[in-house]
Amino acid sequence: MKPVLEVDLAGLKLKNPIVTASGTFGFGLEYAPLMDLGAIGAVVLKSVTLRPRQGNPPPRITETPAGMLNSIGLENPGVEAVVRDVLPELKRLGAKVIASVAGETAEEYGEVTRRFAAAGVDGIEVNISCPNVARGGLAFGAVPEAAKEATARVRASAGGLPVFVKLGVTGADMLEIARAVAEAGASGFSLINTLPGLAVDVRRRRPVLGNVTGGLSGPAIKPVALWAVWQVYKAFRLPVIGIGGITSVTDAPEFILCGATAVAVGTGNFIHPRLAAEIAGGLEKALAAENVADIKELIGAAHGEK
Amino acid sequence: MIYEVEIVTQRKVASGCYRLEIYAPEVAQAAQPGQFLMVRTSISLDPLLRRPFSISTVDRERGLVKILYRVVGRGTALLAGRKLGRRLNIFGPLGKGFTVPHSGRFLVVAGGLGMAPLYFLVQRLKALGNEVAVFYGAQNRYKLLLLEELVAMRVELSTATDNGSSGFKGTVVELLRTKGIPPADVVYAAGPPPMLKALAGLLREAEIRRAEFSLEERMACGTGACRGCAVRVLAPEGPVYKRVCADGPVFKAEEVVWE
Repeated sequence: MKPVLEVDLAGLKLKNPIVTASGTFGFGLEYAPLMDLGAIGAVVLKSVTLRPRQGNPPPRITETPAGMLNSIGLENPGVEAVVRDVLPELKRLGAKVIASVAGETAEEYGEVTRRFAAAGVDGIEVNISCPNVARGGLAFGAVPEAAKEATARVRASAGGLPVFVKLGVTGADMLEIARAVAEAGASGFSLINTLPGLAVDVRRRRPVLGNVTGGLSGPAIKPVALWAVWQVYKAFRLPVIGIGGITSVTDAPEFILCGATAVAVGTGNFIHPRLAAEIAGGLEKALAAENVADIKELIGAAHGEK
Repeated sequence: MIYEVEIVTQRKVASGCYRLEIYAPEVAQAAQPGQFLMVRTSISLDPLLRRPFSISTVDRERGLVKILYRVVGRGTALLAGRKLGRRLNIFGPLGKGFTVPHSGRFLVVAGGLGMAPLYFLVQRLKALGNEVAVFYGAQNRYKLLLLEELVAMRVELSTATDNGSSGFKGTVVELLRTKGIPPADVVYAAGPPPMLKALAGLLREAEIRRAEFSLEERMACGTGACRGCAVRVLAPEGPVYKRVCADGPVFKAEEVVWE
């Protein structure tokens, strides 16, 4: 018997729990020639701000042991262009879309959300944990009051769509921030954003990245991400999108067992451009082999309660 | 676009430089000069990312694709150790290559391994019956690659080496300055950033506008999604970042902002 892969992510029905991690899948269309965007649960877009942003000076990326550092700096064409040029095409391709919103003020988070909600996206992710921008990003994620305000603005502008707040694990007490955004009406969490990191070019005696510091992603951060999902699920029992170093079919259930309802493939997309769809396909076989009838049985099961 | 291919030959062509030949008929058919491949150099998660390599030539009849590379780090060292007959995971051909006009006179300026994408271009230009002048510079004569093949194609070849072991003693841009820039409808170039910057300056002085440069930058996705390989380019609205992988790797020389 085919196992049931469908999950309910705070009211958002996903055909399977595999989504893409914001920033690693562009606006989805870059991957449309390579894979069926309708084969995965949802496409999570690169973070979008109200106005276009150019991003940080290069070099923007460098490889690290089993991972990479990036400092893109939220380069994006602005919400108007994304709503106009990207969303209709994603819909035509049969993709569910979670828009990632960012801003320099709480009002900007709200306004970007309002425009995405009006354009018919399926969910909102709130990026208050980008480590690569001077204003916005972590400036919100590190201060409970600011995190709460940004979340409240998004909640009020989202027109009833599920709202997932993306948190990091540095800069503040993760559970304290999680509590603040839950009080402000977050439907769930995306865990985790990249970890702050630095690489040094010994020959030039300078940091490798143009913006000096960057965000660490990839398999190197998987244990940290599992820990974060475990902690937040245990404390709040709200839906979680697990993110961090997922590169194989076996990585996905690890996050789900810790409490994730969905898992996002991020840096793994760079290794294999069809990885998200391949994990979604492979999950069915893997669960059947384990005699799991419904993937929902696994959500949080490693906590051993219930 | 994504293929598991077989390594047909792998040969050391200079100190630390290798020529890898793979059997990839779809890529051989589709590839255009200036395009590149993203190659997984290991099957493990460390090193993690694919490495970009210019396609240095294709053999459409035999379905072969060649790349030319230098060992600069862990990824390329692993690639150099890959045995014949082993499978290699490749993604491509990617990017926007050189424009190839049907007729005219052309100047190709290469620095070191920059010859990799330009060799494919020279082949194509010569196959169309064009006159091609090649100015090629490297550290020393051992690092001038594909010289015999270039001579066999009957290009007008001028070399420059830092130590004078072949041709002019000095950089290829100094050679162009000394010898004079041959008349050309389009100038094509690839090589290290300081060379390209100096060449862009020389072309500007000479008021030569039609020039196409192939750029390099660290890449992660190869599809334009991650915005990791940013290069500053002049647009009508001012300087903007473009993506080397998807908007390039070939750019108009006059639009590149040299840092």
